[in-house]
Amino acid sequence: MQTPDDTILSVEGLRVGFGRGAATVTALRDVSFTLGRGKTLALVGESGSGKSVTSLALMGLLPPSGRILSGRLNFRRSDGTVVDLAGLDAAGYRAMRGPGISMIFQEPMSSLNPLFTVGDQIGEMLLLHENVSSAQRDKRVIEMLELVEIPGAAARAKSYPHELSGGMRQRVMIAMGLICNPALLIADEPTTALDVTIQAQILDLMRRLQKELDMSILFITHDMGVVAEMADQVAVMYAGAVVEQAGVLDLFDHTRHPYTQGLLASIPRDDLVDGERLVPIPGSVPSLTALPSGCAFAPRCSHAQPECHRPVSLEEKASGHLSACIFDFAGAA
Amino acid sequence: MRSYLLRRLIGMIVVIFLVLTIAFVLVRLAPGDPASLMLGPDASPEEVAALRVRLGLDQPIIAQFGSFLANALRGDLGQSLFFNQPVTTVLASRAEPTIVLALFSLLVALVIATPIGIWAAYRRGSVLDQTSITTAMLAASVPSFLTGLVFQRYLATDLGWFPASGYGGAGAGFTERMRHLILPAITLGITNSALILRFTRASMLDILGEDYVRTARAKGMTERRVVLRHALKNAGIPIITVVGLTFALLVSGAVVTERVFNLPGMGNLVVNAVLRRDYPVIQGTLIVVAALYVLVNLITDLLYLAVDKRVKY
Repeated sequence: MQTPDDTILSVEGLRVGFGRGAATVTALRDVSFTLGRGKTLALVGESGSGKSVTSLALMGLLPPSGRILSGRLNFRRSDGTVVDLAGLDAAGYRAMRGPGISMIFQEPMSSLNPLFTVGDQIGEMLLLHENVSSAQRDKRVIEMLELVEIPGAAARAKSYPHELSGGMRQRVMIAMGLICNPALLIADEPTTALDVTIQAQILDLMRRLQKELDMSILFITHDMGVVAEMADQVAVMYAGAVVEQAGVLDLFDHTRHPYTQGLLASIPRDDLVDGERLVPIPGSVPSLTALPSGCAFAPRCSHAQPECHRPVSLEEKASGHLSACIFDFAGAA
Repeated sequence: MRSYLLRRLIGMIVVIFLVLTIAFVLVRLAPGDPASLMLGPDASPEEVAALRVRLGLDQPIIAQFGSFLANALRGDLGQSLFFNQPVTTVLASRAEPTIVLALFSLLVALVIATPIGIWAAYRRGSVLDQTSITTAMLAASVPSFLTGLVFQRYLATDLGWFPASGYGGAGAGFTERMRHLILPAITLGITNSALILRFTRASMLDILGEDYVRTARAKGMTERRVVLRHALKNAGIPIITVVGLTFALLVSGAVVTERVFNLPGMGNLVVNAVLRRDYPVIQGTLIVVAALYVLVNLITDLLYLAVDKRVKY
């Protein structure tokens, strides 16, 4: 399939399984989304919906028991050529990580190696991917630390992770992720473990760096507030599949999939009138080993009809707005 | 750091003092009079009385303890009854085979255990993991005297690659002496590799599941670099502990191995001293081994400090 020039990443029908043979559990059943160049796509969903597995699959970092069963992960490199990440070998993936795709993780406290200085760990990226002298490396590391607004960058480069706060460590992770100028940054709940004030600072920083460095961001989160603040596009995941993708305003204003509607209705808001109650989605996420046939959300859906047991796939319901529901509930929340 | 070293030093002095006290009390706890005990049932009362005076046993117990401590501090651990030489001289002449053997066998154990431990952890659950663990356990659970005897029979006697026993005899050169330590070192190394292997594997398994190992992979480095640089350094801390303890254990005398290979080391010395009721030598060995333990422990703790900057003393 052709990928439009302004698309940096297009995931088509990604299926990921864990385990072998008959015991294989399909964690991702059908993940499809596209991310435009210089844009931010938020991948949202409940715990266990497959957001993190999707990001690990993109990075080629699935645990040994997991593997990509099918699907295409078309990624446009900075030289304009398109490569299917699913077809890369180990060496190809290594070269891709860093300069092509970088990732920052949820836990800044444990994601840095405790035994190396932060300068060492950031500089290692250059050591791995760029042929620069060690003096050049040190200089770039300090510049990068300044870019992520770490005060006293030169001194901080010699610090060990335990000497920094959680927010500072996440800045270090961002510096490490960005030093090789990646085309795509995957951020897996980068602010979930941080205080609210720090969270806002980190989000600000990421937005600023995105503009300065012209990169695309795949932002994984379960926080709709963060989605509204960060995303251009949103893909909603449920039980290992993307059920709706749209522009962020379109998604909030014209929600089409009943699951997304339920998700939005269950968020605490400050415009709730006294006495008005949040509406939780009834039931719970189905087990991946016992998914219903057809739409996986049907058992919890108030609009469910007998037809919902037929297979369903992501379809464009309006321009740029895709939904995996056989009905179209545009705007009906 | 300086205050930590000072605290450790004081702690070491306390431990050594306690060991000296125990060594002192131990000989006097043995039923009967130490002098007649040392000389055995055939000694005449005159001989016993003479030894009592020589050992200072006619003095009040506090005075005895005082002079024992004072002597020990001056490095005088008494006179061996059997060799008729100062205990320190006897111990010094036996130290080389024991300490070199401890170092050699530790090296052998590390060479066997760390690569297999790392590889087994990396390929956990694989056939290689299970085979290597089982083989290592098998090798370690065979008593060292049997391994030693088998090596002597095949590698020394039949093939003639190594000397079968002894330490080269009087006046043997350094190379010749070391040649005699090869088989004992392999024997002891195999036995001690199992514990280190288990520790290495368990420790690596823990570390390989850490978030920062995933970060390392996400940076696009080879698996070799992930494992040997980012994981192994972290896994090293528990490994240092077990290596330190193993070394201390080895230094305190690989009695059986020294026996099998007839090495004139401290293990052999202490067994003979027990059989000969050479109490000053037993006492002296106890003190020297305790001091070595304390020293090895200190070195281990200082190594932590060098590896892990989070450790603050």
